[in-house]
Amino acid sequence: MLKELFANEFVVPLTIGFVFGIMCRIHLLRTDYRQYPTYPHGKIIHVSLGVIASALGALAVPALLKENYTAVTFLTVAAQQFRDVRNMERTTLTEIDKQELVPRGGPYIEGIAMVFEGRNYMVIFTSLIATTATILFNWWGGMIAGVIALVIARKLRSGKTLSLIADTSPAEVRVDGKDLYVGDIYIMNVGLEDAQNIIREHGIGFILTPKDANAKVTIAHPGQRQAILHDVATQLGIYTDTGEPSLTPLVKRDLQSGRLGVFLLPQEKDVERGKAIIDSVPILESVFRMPQKTKLVKKEL
Amino acid sequence: MTGTILAVITVNRERIAGGAPIFIEPTHEKMQQTAFTLEKILDAMVHEVSADTLIVVRHK
Repeated sequence: MLKELFANEFVVPLTIGFVFGIMCRIHLLRTDYRQYPTYPHGKIIHVSLGVIASALGALAVPALLKENYTAVTFLTVAAQQFRDVRNMERTTLTEIDKQELVPRGGPYIEGIAMVFEGRNYMVIFTSLIATTATILFNWWGGMIAGVIALVIARKLRSGKTLSLIADTSPAEVRVDGKDLYVGDIYIMNVGLEDAQNIIREHGIGFILTPKDANAKVTIAHPGQRQAILHDVATQLGIYTDTGEPSLTPLVKRDLQSGRLGVFLLPQEKDVERGKAIIDSVPILESVFRMPQKTKLVKKEL
Repeated sequence: MTGTILAVITVNRERIAGGAPIFIEPTHEKMQQTAFTLEKILDAMVHEVSADTLIVVRHK
């Protein structure tokens, strides 16, 4: 039985591709402050889908070599399947978001859903490369190609962060009677003296200065601003509760300069960590704007 | 963001009229107290329009 199995010329390539694909998925799957995917069920779902993806990737080239051309069409089925992954993630996260004290916001959810779909394609790519290389160069070739694919996948894992496009500096939270300011940027009107005192005591503020015109447009997007608030709230905690609208963290924009005034109410009043967290907030793909790429407005902006 | 005025709390009765429920209080402290209570009951935010008038607004 085993002998027959190993007599098949494609067993070793398929196995190597399959294993590298699964390794790639597990490597890309991590639970961090985003608390997503949750352990263990969320992980089981994504590892299983990763197994399917790596099987598909591994099969493509051997199928072609066996002149089984129709078999390649199942890759289109795979693409459909993984688009559903994106839908599934979007639905789940939107449901969760309704109950968050500081919601993620639509664009952030879209970004996360997109990543889940994309990672499955990375898995297909890795196993495809590993299988092809094994067929072409023997098992060690497959190993080398697989490792290179893993390195590429790792590089593509993390996107850009806010520190690339904006400078964050701590600023004073000033409660001037009813008016709340962060630095010189007006945030909101707080009428209740009780709330004013809490804000004086617990509020921290930051000013984000965009580095160029592209950054100015990108950080102005409400989705990006909501992502900042959510990230800080998940990592530093939040000093508020349901039904406390006066204690809402808020980001407002200085229209003149495009700077952002970030007003936060963290559970832990730690300005250093707050700055580090804002610096590492991901730039949302769906929000990223590049007006400078347009020739028309290059000068004016 | 659209807001609805749910209540008006004031110490100056002459300057207030209109559709929302109006709470008239004798002192500044009483006004703040009523505003606090209303904020907790209504889950809405208290804003200061002028020194003697507060409004309770529900945002969104």
